[in-house]
Amino acid sequence: MGVEVRVEGLTKSFGSQNIWSDVTLTLPPGEISVLLGPSGTGKSVFLKSLVGLLKPERGSIVIADTDIVRCREHELYEVRKLFGVLFQDGALFGSMDLFDNIAFPLREHTRKSEGEIRRIVLEKMDMVGLQGAEGKLPGEISGGMRKRAGLARALVLDPQIILFDEPDSGLDPVRVAYLNQLIVDLNAQIDATFLIVTHDIGTARTVPDNLGLLFRRHLAMFGPREQLLTSQEPVVRQFLNGRREGPIGMSEEKDVAQVEAEMAALEARGGDQHNGVGPKGAGGGDAVPPQLEPSPGLPERQAQRRRQERVARMLHDFDPTTAEAIRASLPEDLLAQADAGVFSPTAGAGGRHWDPQTSPAGAHAAVLPGPRAQS
Amino acid sequence: MTATDEPKAPGILDGKLSPLRPLRASGNLFAFALDVGRALPKRPFQFREFVQQTWFVASVTILPTALVAIPFGAVIALQLGSLTRQLGAQSFTGSASVLAVLREASPIVTALLIAGAGGSAICADLGARKIRDEIDAMEVLGISPIQRLVVPRVLASMLVATLLNGLVSVVGVAGGYFFNVVLQGGTPGAYLASFGALAQVEDFWSGEIKALIFGMIAGIVASYKGLRAGGGPKGVGDAVNQSVVITFLLLFAVNFILTAVYFQLVPPKGQ
Repeated sequence: MGVEVRVEGLTKSFGSQNIWSDVTLTLPPGEISVLLGPSGTGKSVFLKSLVGLLKPERGSIVIADTDIVRCREHELYEVRKLFGVLFQDGALFGSMDLFDNIAFPLREHTRKSEGEIRRIVLEKMDMVGLQGAEGKLPGEISGGMRKRAGLARALVLDPQIILFDEPDSGLDPVRVAYLNQLIVDLNAQIDATFLIVTHDIGTARTVPDNLGLLFRRHLAMFGPREQLLTSQEPVVRQFLNGRREGPIGMSEEKDVAQVEAEMAALEARGGDQHNGVGPKGAGGGDAVPPQLEPSPGLPERQAQRRRQERVARMLHDFDPTTAEAIRASLPEDLLAQADAGVFSPTAGAGGRHWDPQTSPAGAHAAVLPGPRAQS
Repeated sequence: MTATDEPKAPGILDGKLSPLRPLRASGNLFAFALDVGRALPKRPFQFREFVQQTWFVASVTILPTALVAIPFGAVIALQLGSLTRQLGAQSFTGSASVLAVLREASPIVTALLIAGAGGSAICADLGARKIRDEIDAMEVLGISPIQRLVVPRVLASMLVATLLNGLVSVVGVAGGYFFNVVLQGGTPGAYLASFGALAQVEDFWSGEIKALIFGMIAGIVASYKGLRAGGGPKGVGDAVNQSVVITFLLLFAVNFILTAVYFQLVPPKGQ
């Protein structure tokens, strides 16, 4: 089972420029989470902070009982062995062919024989669909292949946490669909914790268990996918529907009057439902499309049941629309338990919806409660 | 969140004129050098990488070094030749050329070429890897780039510097001999005799030690700048440029100190 990643009050600046502050979220073990955000909101910086390549000024990132913001160098190297990271362009070593690239972590960290290394490498290459490309150099293959080779290299040490930095960038929609299926299949097979940073709304709508959105130097919202997909929070709605009308501007934030005028015009046209399709798979209003299932023949995702129990426990914290969407995803027995009041509401945490009456500052305090004792 | 934590707009100066900036930069470089020193004894030693890098640095420096050494020895011989003739001390041209070439010119020529040819190549290589995220990927895979990449490169440039220094000494002295004897009409016997009169083995050793230290500085500065490259391909170019300039500045400063120490430690011959 994957490892839980607990981020609390994280703040990062470069010089006097604040990137984001007070980011608090928990990646539940074994689940797939997606982090969205307009360009330049520091999503990649967040990923790099998670693996300790950048040091945030404040807050903590606790992974396997180690706070990697404050731990010593050798502890950091230990924690990093739990990670597999897929960099944007694969970050393959240009001087080695694919086989050596993927075998690199094994040769550096283990005392396995060359035959065994060969077996593992070929198995992982098979997993990502790269059979027969062992001898190619990274410069000779397409971007999609580089990404998959980077993924295979991230997988060889059997990581507990896998981070994806824009797995869809530079790929056509069909390849993105295959890659998304690959991600879900991998999760079913190795049950590691996944975090995907992306701009692709189609991916965000169908792949993850949890969604988060970074905006205006804060985590605007983080929670189960149903919470964001049904959210009425203007930023979340705008981003998931990929439209110009809303608080997110081209480079800077817009003023309130303009946003209100735009929103009124949008409503007059019939709202998101009649707004057509946005770029990158955006659109669909507040519908909750079904989640991707692992390919036939693979085991069921172990995280699925854990997640169902977790969200069942939070059910009463959500507003009616979200709760309805979550109920649709829960099996009978958990629904019965939830309705019978077996799960006490988690006080003060999780499931906060945007509420026009409260200050917008409250919206970024969305916290996902950690799983209680597993039943 | 208190008021002081409010994100500020980036200012024009943004700490760029802070008096602590050069201090911080040199402190970072020194800390990096210490890290390299600490990673030096760590197992497993990257022997393959070391051999490859040694071969690489040697292959880009041998020919230019030899080509620079010949005119260097010649220039010294020409300068000294006319001076000694006026003083009536032609027979001492040999010794003077030894002092100039062995003690000063050869380690400096070596180091300039190690920095200019080897160091810039190392810096460009590491910088290119840095901006392609390869260095980050390596760190995430739990491998220290300092131990895996920097230590073999620094050791390689140290080894090649000491070997090249020998080459430059020989070529420089031979060049001086050629110009003195063949072109200026000096006598071979006088050249060789005065050579032996002032030169001592310590001169050679001091040259070798200087070359070793210069090689180390060139390797460390190149790696430091390479690993800190940022901002795309232009950043790599800037890093290479800076690494060469910084290495040259450091070399001449360190050379002055080493020469001063040499005269304190080694008594001149014949006293």
